[in-house]
Amino acid sequence: MPSIENLSGWGNYDQRKCLTKYLNSSSALRHWVTSNGDSFIARGFGRSYGDAAINSTGHVLHQCYRNRFLVFDEASGKLICEAGVSLADIISVFLPRGWFLPTTPGTKFVSVGGAIAADVHGKNHHVDGSWGKFVQSFELLLPNGEVKHCSRIQNQDLFRSTIGGMGLTGIILTAEIQLIPVKTAWVKVDYKRTKDLNDTFAIFAKDAAKYRYSVAWIDCVSKGKSMGRSVCMFGNDADKKEVPNLYRQTPLSVTPKRNKTVLFDFPNWVLNPLSTKVFNFLYYAGNKNCTKLVDYDSFFYPLDSILNWNRIYGTRGFVQYQAFLPPKNAEKGYRKILEQITKAGFASFLAVFKSCGSGREGLLSFLDEGYTLALDLPNTGENLQALSRELDKIVIENEGRLYLAKDALTDSTSFAQMYPQLPEFKLVKAKIDPRQQIISEQARRLKIVEEK
Amino acid sequence: MKETTVIFGATSGIARALANELAAGGDNIVLAARDEEQLKAMANDLRIRHQIKVGRVYFDALDLEDHTAFWQETLKTDAGMPTRIVLCYGYMTDQEECQNDQGKAKRTFDVNLISACSLLELAAAYFTKNGSGTIAVISSVAGDRGRASNYIYGASKAGLTAYTSGLRNRLCKKGVHVITIKPGFVDTPMTKGLINLNSPLVATSEKAAIDIRKAMDRKKNVLYTRWFWRFIMIVIRSIPEPIFKRLNL
Ligand SMILES: Cc1cc2nc3c(=O)[nH]c(=O)nc-3n(C[C@H](O)[C@H](O)[C@H](O)COP(=O)(O)OP(=O)(O)OC[C@H]3O[C@@H](n4cnc5c(N)ncnc54)[C@H](O)[C@@H]3O)c2cc1C
Ligand SMILES: NC(=O)c1ccc[n+]([C@@H]2O[C@H](COP(=O)([O-])OP(=O)(O)OC[C@H]3O[C@@H](n4cnc5c(N)ncnc54)[C@H](OP(=O)(O)O)[C@@H]3O)[C@@H](O)[C@H]2O)c1
Repeated sequence: MPSIENLSGWGNYDQRKCLTKYLNSSSALRHWVTSNGDSFIARGFGRSYGDAAINSTGHVLHQCYRNRFLVFDEASGKLICEAGVSLADIISVFLPRGWFLPTTPGTKFVSVGGAIAADVHGKNHHVDGSWGKFVQSFELLLPNGEVKHCSRIQNQDLFRSTIGGMGLTGIILTAEIQLIPVKTAWVKVDYKRTKDLNDTFAIFAKDAAKYRYSVAWIDCVSKGKSMGRSVCMFGNDADKKEVPNLYRQTPLSVTPKRNKTVLFDFPNWVLNPLSTKVFNFLYYAGNKNCTKLVDYDSFFYPLDSILNWNRIYGTRGFVQYQAFLPPKNAEKGYRKILEQITKAGFASFLAVFKSCGSGREGLLSFLDEGYTLALDLPNTGENLQALSRELDKIVIENEGRLYLAKDALTDSTSFAQMYPQLPEFKLVKAKIDPRQQIISEQARRLKIVEEK
Repeated sequence: MKETTVIFGATSGIARALANELAAGGDNIVLAARDEEQLKAMANDLRIRHQIKVGRVYFDALDLEDHTAFWQETLKTDAGMPTRIVLCYGYMTDQEECQNDQGKAKRTFDVNLISACSLLELAAAYFTKNGSGTIAVISSVAGDRGRASNYIYGASKAGLTAYTSGLRNRLCKKGVHVITIKPGFVDTPMTKGLINLNSPLVATSEKAAIDIRKAMDRKKNVLYTRWFWRFIMIVIRSIPEPIFKRLNL
């Protein structure tokens, strides 16, 4: 039966009516793409913020039923699974056996396919790199029905374009991932407060390399002298001896927290500049310098305990603006960005800052050596679009780029400036998809795919 | 006692959730379905997640002549001799299509009712000989009363409900238990595009699976899942026919 759904990204910004399909097997998918000339895009769990997993003129192919583990090697930690497996699933099955994700985004409700397509990064990027680094190979279904085994040795061009390629090169059917051994489910975290942006950069330069995990929450409400003050969190995997007494016998298990659900869209005014200010003030004040043992769930996924927290932004939705800047321009660039946001009368509820290591796995991968800052901005219509254009200018001036998994607003010219590898990507895409059957709203907006 | 449960129609949405639920409880599982790729994937998945024994058997409900052979295969896997079975497959297509296409109407009865009778008699004979066992069959609330929008499928499920109640009556004296499962709305590939998934009446397949596992463990006779469907169906059955026939249902 044809099924129609109102789909948007996690930001609930710009919903579109889409035809959807839920297919269980790769043979059913292969049959669908070859016998049906319709355009399509794959969708994992819809955790990308913008319009990457939406296609309103063709089909959206949900991958959530393709969630089976196929091979696990207990000795090496090598896992082969279908691409609709969620990171949450991997953790719940393998953490108790002493294996964890090699790196993880700030939510565990993403699919393996979505993690490859966005080449996601975690708090350990500055040490370990992005998700793509731990992907040994994958099977890719092309629009002509062929299934290609892609790795660093076979079909390298497809491998490099699919990692970070936002689903535009085919449907990832299965993937081979390297899990890493851990002794405990705990992280030992040092909290350090900084007094301004300069101080934040100084602490990262001095300390980040000593820790496997580094991240900072930036107070982007305070202006003037304390602009950019933050709470930095630096962590390392905890040893068995360090685990809290109560858990020492079972260091790999953490009592699952009760998840809360937001039952309705909050009124649009709930998150306003004032409530945001109060939150930012309290968060800064509440986090003094200290060292704590934190379970993996609270450390990596603080937002996951409220299942659909995106609804607190109300029906208008929100966007996340996440920009990478190279080391030499980062401090001055982010200062400009923060100033621009305050000037435009916006206040970001959450602003997350990180340092990143060098090397991009995919042609359109996001991070390289430098820094990234992510900001939540409520959808105020025209205002937000104007602000986003201003911010894009700053990012381009400073030789940075936006994260496709978060982007909802940028235009094709800015995008092409941020991603000089685009022509190379388009060549690969033209080879495997001459009819341009695979397309998303994002690919249309950014002219990654140009319809004739 | 360690159970070995055979799931017919193992690739269905409800069956996939049920296989996980039963395996988490320690059952060994035999998967029977017609999609070999998925069978293999599911078997590996269950082994990896739950470290249990899993067997798999090719099974097409419509190959009636081969049912005996299919059944024999389920006894031979390394998951052990079956102690219970669940029948999870089903066929539902648009009512209007069924009205206009004899073939589809026939298929509805062949899959949902005729094949079930054939398969369940084989299981009944096997469990009777053992003097124990559980047979769980997924019927539907749609079989409780025929409605304009879905009465051909409904009739096939009504037949299945009557069949299982008779079978229960017969096997009760032989130590074999029969459960009739009547799901309401469950979010699976079967219902995508047909029901509003945000409705409070729609259950996830995981919830339905927990209900089914408990009903099997507790040897219930008739299970409505979710529970409130029992009451919804009492109301629907009690509407007098002169009124019912005028309703848009
Ligand atoms: C609270 C929150 C925190 C986050 N934190 C981080 C973070 O710290 N770091 C980070 O990097 N990201 C982060 N993200 C973004 C998220 O990790 C990415 O957007 C990820 O791609 C989402 O995966 P998904 O399965 O939901 O994919 P979707 O959002 O459904 O799809 C994303 C893209 O992947 C493609 N895709 C999905 N499955 C397949 C497949 N099988 N084959 C081919 N293409 C496919 C889609 O076509 C689309 O282009 C965060 C998101 C949220 C909501
Ligand atoms: N979902 C609901 O709301 C709901 C409500 C009431 C009752 N039910 C009943 O619950 C049961 C499970 O349904 P579901 O919702 O999980 O549906 P589903 O995911 O659509 O599964 C239907 C299954 O039946 C299998 N099947 C169909 N014809 C077959 C044949 N000839 N031989 C073998 N297998 C065959 C299909 O196998 P393939 O994968 O090979 O196609 C598929 O796995 C069905 O009996 C259904 O009638 C469901």
